[in-house]
This record gives sequence, C-alpha cells and structure tokens, in this order.
Amino acid sequence: MSTRLLSPLAVLLLWELGSRVGLIPAHIMPAPSALATTLSDLLVSGRLYEHLGVSLRRAALGLAIGVSLGTALALVAGLSRRGELAADPLMQILRALPFLGVIPLFILWFGIGEVTKVALIALATKTPIYLTLYGGIRGVDAKLVEAADTLGLNRLELIRHVILPGALPSFFVGLRYALGISLLALVAVEQINANSGIGYLINEARDFMKTDVIMVCLLIYSVLGLLTDAFVRMLERHALAWRPLMPSLRAA
Amino acid sequence: MPVRIDRGRPRADADSQRAVRARGLVQRFGDRTVLDGLDLDIAPGEFVALLGRSGSGKTTLLRALARLDRISEGELTAPAAVATVFQEARLLPWKRAWQNIALGLRIADARRHALAALDEVGLGDRADAWPSTLSGGQAQRVSLARALVRDPKLLLLDEPFGALDALTRMSMHRLVQRLWRTHRPAVLLVTHDVDEAALLADRVLVLSQGRIEHEERIELPSPRSVEQPEFRALRRRLLTSLGVDEAGEAVAAPASRVQAALR
Repeated sequence: MSTRLLSPLAVLLLWELGSRVGLIPAHIMPAPSALATTLSDLLVSGRLYEHLGVSLRRAALGLAIGVSLGTALALVAGLSRRGELAADPLMQILRALPFLGVIPLFILWFGIGEVTKVALIALATKTPIYLTLYGGIRGVDAKLVEAADTLGLNRLELIRHVILPGALPSFFVGLRYALGISLLALVAVEQINANSGIGYLINEARDFMKTDVIMVCLLIYSVLGLLTDAFVRMLERHALAWRPLMPSLRAA
Repeated sequence: MPVRIDRGRPRADADSQRAVRARGLVQRFGDRTVLDGLDLDIAPGEFVALLGRSGSGKTTLLRALARLDRISEGELTAPAAVATVFQEARLLPWKRAWQNIALGLRIADARRHALAALDEVGLGDRADAWPSTLSGGQAQRVSLARALVRDPKLLLLDEPFGALDALTRMSMHRLVQRLWRTHRPAVLLVTHDVDEAALLADRVLVLSQGRIEHEERIELPSPRSVEQPEFRALRRRLLTSLGVDEAGEAVAAPASRVQAALR
C-alpha cells in the first residue's frame, strides 16, 4: 500500500515546487499547501459541513429511492415470467435513455428545487441496481435450485434461502455502480440553480474566480467516492463471508 | 406411504410391498424417446444399482423418481419420502454445513438433527464450515447427510462418487454401505462404474434403449472384493451386457442384436 502512495506524493511534491518557483500560476492551479489552507478555512468556518450535509442528504435520499425502486423491479422481473414481460422491456427502454438528458424535462415537471435533484439521482441509480440484481437472480445456479426443490422448499423459502442469497453478490456490484453514479448525478443536479450543496460552493467559487475552492470541492467529491466504495466493500465482506478467497484455486 | 407419479402428479397408492413400481414408463423429450416402456420394481430396503452407457437414460429414470421431471406415459409409484444425492454435492455456498442439512426440515430442533447427521458421516467437527472450505469428498458426505436426515424411504444416488478420487471413493463406498445398513432405505444407485455397482448392490440392472435389458441378483457375501473369482465372473457378465468386453472394447450389445434380428 505504501509503495502505491509514492507516485501521487511525487506529483504533489512537483506541483508544490512548480507553484513555489512560479511555473504554475496560482489562478490556474493553486499550490497543494494553498489548497490545504483553503480546506481548513472551509472546515473552520463550518461552510463545508453545511453544504456537504446538503449534498449528502440529496445523494442519500435519491440513492435510497433509486435502490428501492431498482430492487423492487428486479424482483418483479427476476422472479416471474409475467413480471419479466411487464417490467423488463420498459426498464431496457429507460436504461437506453441517458439520464442527464432528462434534466430539462424534470425541471419542467418538478421545478428547479430539491425534487428534481433527488428524482434525477433516483432515476440514475435504479438502473445499475435493476440490471445487476435481475441478472443475478436469473443467473442463480439452476442445479442449486433443483437440489433445493428436492429438499421440499416451498416457493417463498426457495426465494429466501436460494435465489436471493445467490443474487446478492450481483446486487453488491450494482450497489457500487449506483454509488458512483449517484455522485455523478449529484454533480450534475447541483449545477442547476442550487443555493446550497457542494455544487453551489463550486458555482459560487467560479463566479469569484476562486480556483482553490473549486479544487477543494472536487477533492471532496472524490473522497466521497472512495469512502462510499470502501463502505460497500465492507458490507460485502460481511454479507458474503461464505465466498472463498480464491475460488479458482479450489479443486472442483 | 408410496405415492403414484402419474404424469408428474403424485397420487397415493396402497402398495406397501414395493418401494418403487414402474410399468410401461415412457419419457420423451421432444421427439427423442429416452425411456421406452420401462418396467421396474424395487423392494423396501433393497439396494439396486443401475448401469448403462452414457445417454441410456439412467439419470432420466432417476429424475422421474425424484419428481424433477414429469413422465410422458406409463405408471410410476415411489415413496413420498425421496431424497437425492447428485454427482456434485450441490450445497448452498452461503449456508454453513449444518444449515445445508437443516434446510427444508420441518421438524422441531432441526439443528440437533442436522448435527447428528453430520456426526454420522464423520463431519461433526465441520458443522460451521462454509461449503467452499470442504473437500470434494467432505462436501459429498454433507450431501449424503442432507439426504439421510430426511429419513427417506427411497434414496436416489446419481453417480455420487463420479467426481471423487479413487481413495475417497472407496471410503465413500464403505460409508454408504454403513448408512444403508443403519437406515435401510431402498436405494437406487446410478453409476457407470461396474465394480461400484457390483460391490454395493443387491441387484444390478442394465439400462439400454430405454428399458431394463439385463438384471443380476448378487448373492456374494459381504464384504465383497474385486479379487473374488465369483466377482470377476459377475463383472464380466455385466460388462458384456453393457456391450463392452473386458479389454474395454465395444462389442455389439446383445439387446441391439436381438432387435436387429427381429426387424
């Protein structure tokens, strides 16, 4: 791990040096040390917490709706033929639609307030959840289903003990995609007439030509991405403890 | 209580003299007829091995008995309590060994029963193991315990040792024999291994062209050994009926010769 930090540290060092000797103009890219000062100012003033909180609430709410929706639809489509006929074609059409494209429509429908922002995040995140979970459910080993069938499980038990646990690894893949996309959607919606949130901080900083604030906010976005991904991986390790560490090395 | 399987719909049957009774059993998949008017009886507690070349319909018959496939025609009765062990252990990877055994058990204290069954197959200390950490032989023993804990009247074994190495297979043979003597279910062992069939079974059937074409009742004393002269004679007869001479070369199967003559 420590050796993986070498190249980023070297870049930081060169960047700092370049700024100090005047090779890199401060209004284009402030020095790392300047960014650190800006970050601590934002932290001390409490502005960062306030706006970060708003952004996180938007992402979390949109994500919760999107994940619930995607999960429900995947269950409907995955667990029955009729459900598949009803839900899957619609989902495939929606999936082909680039979610950023619906922003103007959502603004007309929901205005420029919070509803549009949360709705767009929900729309964007339900797709990866739906696709992976639906695929996971349909991909559960038919031989296991058959074996469970001979054990006399009824349909509900089959879903609970065989199909859902079998689809769980796929669900986690979808969840990690969804988290990444929720941040992407968050960035996009916070460009729309926001008066709070990290995106608002960025827009305001642009108007005042404060490159340092913009860069600190971008850094926050990427830290958010890393943290949420690590969180899901932790959940995954816990929920999928049964998975062998190196499946390919185990004799069949 | 034996249950009649009539085009896949089980029905009660008063016949308690037989564990399995099949008359004129036909199984078709599309326009391919796999079982073609098969008759079969298995007595309660009898150990029957079913031999046949690949594609002869061994597994098809087993799947019909396990109620995994609906039959096309004929009559088939089998006990309501049937348990199946497949070639792969088919354990749920996300359930610990004992949970796999207890799955679907509708009795009080399922966990205790599962643990006792694990003890019986010699894996009492691996109750909490994930299936991915078990060896092939261990997984198959868990699978056996999962079948036996259901107290089946008919135990179906679908080439359960096919994927195991020779040494593990031998210890599995002894285990299956011991378990069969303790629990006395009727057993139908599907295998392509002539020695395995002759070592374990009371009766060996050879399936060919969708019917039982050959039958050997084995009266050799237990424990049997492949070294016994009677065993070698038996082995030779079974191989011939399978259309293979002892050097492993294919000869015309008697059944097909008869059928060719009749045409």
